[in-house]
Amino acid sequence: MSSMVEIRWHGRGGQGAKTASLLLADAAFDSGKYVQGFPEYGPERMGAPITAYNRISDERSSLHSNIYEPDYVVVVDVTLLDAVSVTSGLKKEGAIIVNTKKSPEEIKPQLEGYEGKVYTIDASSIAEAELGNRSLSNTSMLGAIVKVSGVLPEAKFMEDVLSSLKQKFASKPHVIEKNMKALERGMKEVKV
Amino acid sequence: MAIRERLSGNEAIATALKQVNPDVVAAYPITPSTEVVHYFSQYVADGQVNTEFVAVESEHSAMSACIGAQAAGARSATITSACGLALMWELLYVASGHRLPVTLAVINRALSGPININNDHSDSMGARDSGWIQLYSENNQEAYDNYLMSLRIAEHPDVLLPAMTCQDGFITSHAIENIELLETDKVQKFVGGYKPERHLIDGKPMSVGPYDTVQFYFEHQYQRAQAMIGAKKVILDVFKEFGDLTGRKYGLFEEYKMEDAERAIVVLNSSAGTAKYVCDKLRANGEKVGVLKLRVFRPFPAEEIAKALSHVKAVAVMDKADSFSAFGGPVFADIRNACYDLEKRPLMINYIYGLGGRDVPVENFETVYAALSEVIKTGKAGNLYRHVGVRGV
Repeated sequence: MSSMVEIRWHGRGGQGAKTASLLLADAAFDSGKYVQGFPEYGPERMGAPITAYNRISDERSSLHSNIYEPDYVVVVDVTLLDAVSVTSGLKKEGAIIVNTKKSPEEIKPQLEGYEGKVYTIDASSIAEAELGNRSLSNTSMLGAIVKVSGVLPEAKFMEDVLSSLKQKFASKPHVIEKNMKALERGMKEVKV
Repeated sequence: MAIRERLSGNEAIATALKQVNPDVVAAYPITPSTEVVHYFSQYVADGQVNTEFVAVESEHSAMSACIGAQAAGARSATITSACGLALMWELLYVASGHRLPVTLAVINRALSGPININNDHSDSMGARDSGWIQLYSENNQEAYDNYLMSLRIAEHPDVLLPAMTCQDGFITSHAIENIELLETDKVQKFVGGYKPERHLIDGKPMSVGPYDTVQFYFEHQYQRAQAMIGAKKVILDVFKEFGDLTGRKYGLFEEYKMEDAERAIVVLNSSAGTAKYVCDKLRANGEKVGVLKLRVFRPFPAEEIAKALSHVKAVAVMDKADSFSAFGGPVFADIRNACYDLEKRPLMINYIYGLGGRDVPVENFETVYAALSEVIKTGKAGNLYRHVGVRGV
């Protein structure tokens, strides 16, 4: 049980937080882990706050509830900091990653006194530069969480995501390389 | 060698259907089972199955088409949730009454109203008296395994009753987890071909579904009930054969750390996993607790359950559906009934939980086990009809 890593994703409908959680589950599975990747479903619509979850462990977890005390939190949309208590239950030995241009020091006052590590990454700008769309920030956020959590070996992770993307975008091969670039920049540019 | 995969519960059912390659699938999409219909129709379009896919205009028609096809000797299957199952209601009885072994994957969702798309068991629990075999699944693996086994059970000449395999909407239907799949040739070999003794187009004229007069209707109902009684043996045989094939050994229910348990929780579907997690936590503190997870709810394994609970001091039965009897939920009614003839009965309480997708966290089961300690301490069950996880109670 102690080896289980629990991750909570906060995004808005349409930003791909759910897809990122499923991609992470895919990659973790490919690394030989037991995985859970699941969104919390409500009356979803574009722009509404949504939550998605990951459990990654060496043995199968039988838990089928949402995650209330995550090891890591990923905030795909910075405007959620004013709307949702993103640090709720977040372990102080863990970390939070926020998609913003701001530095971790600048964002801390908005995190309700969270004592753990705070990381930021300008994933929207990466998405704009690499994918031509600011709202496709989930790929670089995925890179950032893998880097920060160390939950998966990085080289293997890149390989596995590449093979997932090849499957997912079989009919749109031109987007694969761009997504890989966004993923790589996510891993490199996340700062504490 | 089994195929190691990661699939959602919906993908698991779609994969099972693809591997079975039924003669007919007639379905109408409804959340949260829509994905299964979506994936399966893609398999049809891509020529990965030979199935005749009937895109019907309602669930009433979906079940009607399955009944017609099955009566004509075709292996038929459908998928639904919630109000879709409710709309099939009339036909559920027609399928079982005509002894047509249609299979149905239910992705459990709350019935309206008010409208809610999330999980509880009000849909399939409402169908418990319709003469269908009912199997419940903790996760994607069990949904896949139960569905494959349900075909063999339903089509067995000693049973010939339709079967529904249930799993929790969203909680397992939309959650990706690890799973072990059988190779398609092994699935094909396990389920075999569908060879009914008689059917509508076998060249010998027969009628299916004419008026059943006072002279015969009662006898037919008696036979249907006898088939349900006989199903238990077939279920155990099929489980055994599947266990030999896959190494995954299933019983009518799972007894988790029940051997010396003084307090037990009876639960089915996804929350059984969370209950086991809490059970492990309390066991680590030396507490004698266990979980009894139901797999087969129809036929109801009354004798076996009574025996499994006979040594327990206090039992909490979890119901993710209310029956509005003002006396507890449907699982509670059957479990309590099953224990009536025990010489020494456990004290027993009922909890309604998780309705309409209310998350069922670890704390819910901690609360229930704590309540059972109190029941044992006072020697009285007290209020039988309780709720956990609802505000204002």
